[in-house]
Amino acid sequence: MRLTKEQEREIEARRLAEARLLAERREAARQDEECECREGMFPAASASRRGLLSGGSAMAGAAVAALLQGRTVRAEEAPAGAVLRDVPEDPTKMLGEAVAADGGYGSRSQFETEVRWRYPTANEYTSWSMTPLQDSLGNLTPSGLHFERHHGGIPTIDPARHTLFVHGMVDKARKFSMEDIRRFPSVTRKHFIECSGNGLTEWKKPTLKTVQGTHGLLSTSEWTGVLFSTIAREVGIDPDAAWVLAEGADAAVMTRSIPMEKMLQDAILAYGQNGEAIRPEQGYPLRLLLPGFEGNTHIKWLRRLVISDKPFMTREETSKYTDLLPDGRARQFSLEMDAKSVITFPSGDMRLPRPGFYTISGLAWSGRGRIQSVEVSVDGGKSWQPAQLDTTPEPVCTVRFSLPWAWDGKPAVLQSRCTDETGYVQPRLDELVALRGTSSIYHLNAIQSWAVAADGSVSNVHA
Amino acid sequence: MSMRECKTRRLLTGGAVVAGLLAAAAGTAQAEGKGPFGLGAPVEEGDLAGFTTVQPDGRGLPPGSGNVAQGAEIYAQQCAACHGEKLEGNPAEGIGGPVLIGGRGSLASEAPKKTVESYWPYAPTLFDYVKRSMPFTSPGSLSDEEVYAVSAYILAEAGIVAGDATLDAESLAAVEMPNRNGFIPDPRPEHQLYR
Repeated sequence: MRLTKEQEREIEARRLAEARLLAERREAARQDEECECREGMFPAASASRRGLLSGGSAMAGAAVAALLQGRTVRAEEAPAGAVLRDVPEDPTKMLGEAVAADGGYGSRSQFETEVRWRYPTANEYTSWSMTPLQDSLGNLTPSGLHFERHHGGIPTIDPARHTLFVHGMVDKARKFSMEDIRRFPSVTRKHFIECSGNGLTEWKKPTLKTVQGTHGLLSTSEWTGVLFSTIAREVGIDPDAAWVLAEGADAAVMTRSIPMEKMLQDAILAYGQNGEAIRPEQGYPLRLLLPGFEGNTHIKWLRRLVISDKPFMTREETSKYTDLLPDGRARQFSLEMDAKSVITFPSGDMRLPRPGFYTISGLAWSGRGRIQSVEVSVDGGKSWQPAQLDTTPEPVCTVRFSLPWAWDGKPAVLQSRCTDETGYVQPRLDELVALRGTSSIYHLNAIQSWAVAADGSVSNVHA
Repeated sequence: MSMRECKTRRLLTGGAVVAGLLAAAAGTAQAEGKGPFGLGAPVEEGDLAGFTTVQPDGRGLPPGSGNVAQGAEIYAQQCAACHGEKLEGNPAEGIGGPVLIGGRGSLASEAPKKTVESYWPYAPTLFDYVKRSMPFTSPGSLSDEEVYAVSAYILAEAGIVAGDATLDAESLAAVEMPNRNGFIPDPRPEHQLYR
């Protein structure tokens, strides 16, 4: 008997439905077997994500609910950035996916669920999303997990229509197309970007549960672009020029004034990130990269550089991104990011299943150069052991560090502290508060403490 | 690797090849008013017309003016939904508009209230920000006159200018903001944190 096309399709659809049903049953059975501790050790749904729902965020809905349930719904809906495929019982007994059937751009495994978490600000167009550091491996942040801070949403920009204007105190005011910019000699460098608001919830008391919430406004990428110094030569800078206004082409028309010294030292007009064009949410097609300066100054969707003798005192550098002190005055142009480190495993809201061997691991970084060394304490800072640096320290780039640890099952407080090549040592929170009070919002770079309880649960504490 | 390969490689990866090309090209390029690479195009008249570039001394403020009464009307239509009828802000879900006035004397307290009135050091910044970035859902839609007017209204409600004030480039730059001297240069890195 010959089947019609329609009948063939129907049979195929039924087969797929049955396979899916089977997969779900298997998944459910496997979940029953799985101990709670394993789910907790590498939480599929972090506490911050649960907090998000109870916080009544606008991001609520089926997609988030699905994510929160983690593995059970995987058979129905793929996590962001993944494609759902049937999972064969034995992948050696049938063909896999056809080559290039993905359309030529790959995706991650449907079993990987980590996503950025949007901090539940009232308005989702001026908001931020945080990198899931608890799941981070190695040193680089996948572009799709790089943290975000937007003040008027993410613009969609056609690079063919994007122009960078450079004017003000210059010999020859010029405009550059993206094609022009890509023709200049380029540099490729690995740098972290950290929002100076990273940790702003943690000044007075431990607030967010996970390292994504406490430290997730930190990401590291390899950036490619043209040095500002190259462009400066092309336009000719007035010797009296001392500041540069950088302006973005988003709805906020974000602007910051940058000291000329910094611009000429190492500022990059970046169009590449991790080997491909910068993502829209990272400033496509062009962003400013100011190694070691607070994230807000790395203007995205860069469309204008105005050369001047004085700072412009924009809203962002007066009413925001200034650090209020106890006497009511505020520090201004606090641009460099001080040295900082954090343990990402084990970290808040995880659970160690049983005493025994673990590898403590984390990230360290400094806006003033290379990381020189990292120490780890398992007794709340009473004693310190040198950690191993798992990646080669590069200027203004994170390093991954680690320390083997045999947990004896007793309560412990884990901390890391780094020293950068200038000799600056990451401070304790009480040292910072003594200098700055608790109202400065920005630039919290204190030592982070994670308490491990006797039952293995890990929580954010001030110790 | 032979000497020749080594040299070629260095040229290709370093700046030397660029320098060589530049030396050759510089004469022609600079004679034409271009930079050493000869890339890009001159900024032409009109290219910068759509941009706002205001400085605290008033440089860059455009011609035109607006008064408090006009500003009150514009505020009610364009701003009040997010910033509140009395400039008190609107924290509602989906809005999240900040408070604009009040808070004087609170900066050294346990609960500092940072507003245009209590915190902003320069009045021209208000014009600059509103002109570029407001209203939130239709940024850049207010005329220069409307921005002067709404700036005058906010500053009048803050008790910083008179209730019948008219603001233009000169008078806005002359406004004395209460927290004008509230900022200090960044003293970091704090030497206490070196060991």
